Amino acid sequence: MIGVLQEMLSYPFLVRALTVGLLVALCASLLGVSLVLKRFSMIGDGLSHVGFGALAIASVVGIAPLYLAIPVCIAASFLLLRMSESTRIKGDAAIAMLSAGALAIGVMVVSMTTGMNTDVYNYMFGSILSLSAADATLSIVLSGVVLVLFVLFYPRLFAVTFDESFSRATGIPTRVYNAALATLASVTVVLGMRMMGALLISSLIIFPVLTAMRIGKRYLSVTILSAVVAAVGFILGMIVSYVYEAPSGASIVCVNIVLFLLFAITGAIRNAVTKK
Amino acid sequence: MSLIQVNNAAFRYDGKEVVSELNFEVEHCDYLCIVGENGSGKSTLVKGLLGLKTPYSGSITFGEGLTARQIGYLPQQKESQRDFPASVQEVVLSGTLNSMGIRPFYTRAQRNNALTQIERVGMLQHKNAAFRELSGGQQQRALLARALAATQKLLILDEPIASLDPVATADMYHLIEEINKHHGVTVIMVSHDPHAAAHEANHVLHLEHQQLFFGTASDYRKSDIGKRFLGGEGR
Ligand SMILES: Nc1ncnc2c1ncn2[C@@H]1O[C@H](COP(=O)(O)OP(=O)(O)OP(=O)(O)O)[C@@H](O)[C@H]1O
Ligand SMILES: [Mg+2]
Repeated sequence: MIGVLQEMLSYPFLVRALTVGLLVALCASLLGVSLVLKRFSMIGDGLSHVGFGALAIASVVGIAPLYLAIPVCIAASFLLLRMSESTRIKGDAAIAMLSAGALAIGVMVVSMTTGMNTDVYNYMFGSILSLSAADATLSIVLSGVVLVLFVLFYPRLFAVTFDESFSRATGIPTRVYNAALATLASVTVVLGMRMMGALLISSLIIFPVLTAMRIGKRYLSVTILSAVVAAVGFILGMIVSYVYEAPSGASIVCVNIVLFLLFAITGAIRNAVTKK
Repeated sequence: MSLIQVNNAAFRYDGKEVVSELNFEVEHCDYLCIVGENGSGKSTLVKGLLGLKTPYSGSITFGEGLTARQIGYLPQQKESQRDFPASVQEVVLSGTLNSMGIRPFYTRAQRNNALTQIERVGMLQHKNAAFRELSGGQQQRALLARALAATQKLLILDEPIASLDPVATADMYHLIEEINKHHGVTVIMVSHDPHAAAHEANHVLHLEHQQLFFGTASDYRKSDIGKRFLGGEGR
């Protein structure tokens, strides 16, 4: 396995893809802790579909995809936040409506112009080959920024995740931190979409946290475990993808399923032992 | 100017009025107990005081320079927090956030404050325990410690004794009294316990979709509504 990894690292484009992917996977898993615990995981899904729509339109119009998709996704994330907070309309149904709508618009735009080519296929299912050097640099910078902001906001993100009304009642500007969370998540989703595909990117947000929660009992340990699981899952997934020539997104998700099962079994055994 | 002044406030959910004609004030160092039946609007009023819900009409004004950042709050138990992965220490520490300014991380002083509050509620041996694995009463105490960590001025407690055993209840009252009397923290407490209204607090607010009574605890004991609520105990 080390041999395969060494072989992979001898291709510059793979090194690029691995670096970007690893950073994005870390961002997604860290933000995922808050998103999942706040019951916002559907937002990640919604964002990826909106991102697909934006990428499709960008590629037809001929704008650099990231420059269009990132602002559009940030705007959509605020909308999604409002929707999930609103008690009037059913939040989850509204999110599903928005994401299906964005996906459909993306597909329509593409099929009416360039047709369903490999570009579109790549956006849906992910491909490491689609990452240009310029994109890679931007991605590395942005995901670095996301990671730094996550660390700086850590105590505040914990507070708004654990108990939003307490935080708001005691004078914490929770809206600001929710907006920050949504913005960081949007950037992460767009960056990760090229590699994972629109249909699978939200798994990077959801899987590592749920896996970590099988074993971790404290917030800090869940956060750290989640990052470790994401990194291991990503690298193993990329190796699987390389060896079996499978799409990267699907390979990473499959590895994550295995990790989840391993953690779930370990957690169950530990609980059974400590109960005795 | 009082610490909190409520003028003719009313609250609605989806156009339906749940509580109205609220007129009372809370002075510095008061210990106010809010009583009333289930659904009479106690938690709604508390949310109004905390700025989580805006009054439909009337006003709630803070005086004496009181800001939200000086308030500690113990919410009525929520199911949603019950499976959250967090240690007692992490939970209590998050209470100190409102005094953090723009610094990104907790200071040693904040950590010490959190530990002090954990000790105060008698949870020191559980400080590293997982919050979700505590009993209901222990969770309640951890959340009280968080509320204490958040304030030196005003403590708002929504049914703090709901899942406590008699010993823990007595401890809780003792603790609240100490905080109120010796540390000069104003306390507003929602309770179903007649004993709390009659003997712990010095002011009582009785709600029944409207304000049935507001005044001192001793007046409340003598009033008709007070006698009815307190039963045999009021005399
Ligand atoms: N989020 C909400 N949406 C709509 N109606 C609500 C909401 N919260 C409370 N209500 C209604 O407002 C009324 C008052 O509720 P509130 O929670 O203030 O009562 P309470 O006095 O705290 O009761 P309890 O003793 O059970 O805690 C109830 O009739 C309740 O149905
Ligand atoms: Mg209530």
